[in-house]
Amino acid sequence: MLKLNNVEVIYDSVILVLKGISIEVPDGKITTVLGANGAGKTTTLKAISGILRSERGEVTRGSIELDGNRIDNRAPHSIVKDGIVQVFEGRRVFGNLSAEENLVAGGHIVSKAKMRANMEKVYEYFPRIAERRDVISGYLSGGEQQMLAVGRALMSDPKLILLDEPSLGLAPMIIEEIWGIIRRLREEQNVTFLLVEQNATLALEIADYGYVMENGAVVLEGPAEQLRDNADIKEFYLGMSGEEKRSFRDVKHYRRRKRWLN
Amino acid sequence: MDGETQFLIELVTNGMLTGMMYALVAVGFVLIYKSTDAINFAQGEFCMIAAIFIASFVFLYGFPLWLSIIVVLVLMILFNVALERVVLRPMIGRPVVAIIMATIGLALMFRGLGPLLFGAETRPINLPIPDLPIIWGPLFMSPIDVLGAAISVIFLAGFGWFFLKSRIGVAMRAVADSHQVSMAMGINVERYFVIAWVLAGVVALLGGIVWGNAIGVDTQLAALGLKVFPVVILGGLDSIIGVVVGGIIVGVVEALAAGYLDPYVGGGTKDFTPYVLMILVLMVRPYGIFGKPIIERI
Ligand SMILES: Nc1ncnc2c1ncn2[C@@H]1O[C@H](COP(=O)(O)OP(=O)(O)OP(=O)(O)O)[C@@H](O)[C@H]1O
Ligand SMILES: [Mg+2]
Repeated sequence: MLKLNNVEVIYDSVILVLKGISIEVPDGKITTVLGANGAGKTTTLKAISGILRSERGEVTRGSIELDGNRIDNRAPHSIVKDGIVQVFEGRRVFGNLSAEENLVAGGHIVSKAKMRANMEKVYEYFPRIAERRDVISGYLSGGEQQMLAVGRALMSDPKLILLDEPSLGLAPMIIEEIWGIIRRLREEQNVTFLLVEQNATLALEIADYGYVMENGAVVLEGPAEQLRDNADIKEFYLGMSGEEKRSFRDVKHYRRRKRWLN
Repeated sequence: MDGETQFLIELVTNGMLTGMMYALVAVGFVLIYKSTDAINFAQGEFCMIAAIFIASFVFLYGFPLWLSIIVVLVLMILFNVALERVVLRPMIGRPVVAIIMATIGLALMFRGLGPLLFGAETRPINLPIPDLPIIWGPLFMSPIDVLGAAISVIFLAGFGWFFLKSRIGVAMRAVADSHQVSMAMGINVERYFVIAWVLAGVVALLGGIVWGNAIGVDTQLAALGLKVFPVVILGGLDSIIGVVVGGIIVGVVEALAAGYLDPYVGGGTKDFTPYVLMILVLMVRPYGIFGKPIIERI
């Protein structure tokens, strides 16, 4: 179980981006974090994976715990060894490397034998990547690149995968395909997912539990089916009210939790 | 075969041999550029300082050549590890210009250091090879060039294999592609910077030996750094096969210029023709012949 307690993140020593957020990611579940542009979703993932440090960001308050052990502000490679791996927004495949070489790089921390075995596993889950293993990944289609990015993450034997907007710019059919694979990975490999999305409909379709972020704070949370039915979410994120989109803060009946008020 | 053709073939062959030796020096640039995005302006000086140390240990302290090479190899590795740790690592994440400036400073330091420690005279590095020209069919080749080219080919092939096939090589290319994503894969990016600098030092040492054997050792050797610029530009800074082809092109162009143009203008054309070629190529293909345009795709 991954637990964020009141995490505050500051970039460049002055820019306060996360204003104390608490999120729980139980093992074997798909947890989603929803929110508009700039809400702080990516920052949350980077805080967990330790990538924050390379962008001069820092967890300045609160704690991030994996199975009871503090992991905040640790180096990214040590976080990967603990079983957490981040799949970046915009896929970020190593464009000059072939698909297979991307997987080799993804399996950097495991033994050679394990790397081979994991590669076979990835090819089994993503037959399209297997077909295109020798293609320079910069030339793969967007959907293939997203699959490669997820496959590459699997190479390090993660317990938890942090997925940043995997649906971005992909056709509905491809997204369904990827969602199917994520479900299978959860069931067959017992991988836990923390899924960041702007597209609430898509995310709530697959997630067990969801958080809604705005302006660096969690403003709403609940089981996915409850969020799916929540009128405010519908209006703001699912665009079902037919009205113009408004900030979540302007929506009248939201149940903002007290501890986020300061 | 008439004399004209034979002359041409001889120029081309010898140009190719020299070209392989250029490629060996040029690959040092590629190693650093691929992993850190910076250009090491001290690569020529690395070759020079390694050669000066090797030759001086032999001639001033009576070391056997092999021992001298091993001692300098160790020194070079230690120096480059320290260099990366102390000077370059704090510059990670700052503009690449900072690293480039640091390497220029390093270059000037080396130029002063060699003569300061060992005096300024020219010393040879004598690899154990016969002096007789190698005759192959109608071709005459200098054994020094043949050996230099052979050493270059062996090590370039080794580096090529290392980069393309080994896991460490793949990780190095991943680091070159994106520091941040590599970190997220659990790759200790800083360790790979050290590996890149150490390898660049080792290549420089090899280049210093090969070229020191060919033209003698003094501060002039540092000019190799500038000489191989057209090689890396033609070949593209990010490709080992590129530098081999770039090296061959530059070697051959130089040889042809020396053979056909020099008699008319009184010499010296081989010193600038590669640069003319470099500028022409840059006009047509700004990323070199083999360099990859950055793939942009979302
Ligand atoms: N490296 C950085 N330095 C300074 N500010 C940053 C940095 N990265 C992000 N921010 C700021 O933090 C805020 C949250 O950014 P973040 O990328 O986490 O948002 P997001 O929810 O992922 O948005 P999107 O949906 O657009 O990806 C933004 O206002 C952004 O400008
Ligand atoms: Mg984001």
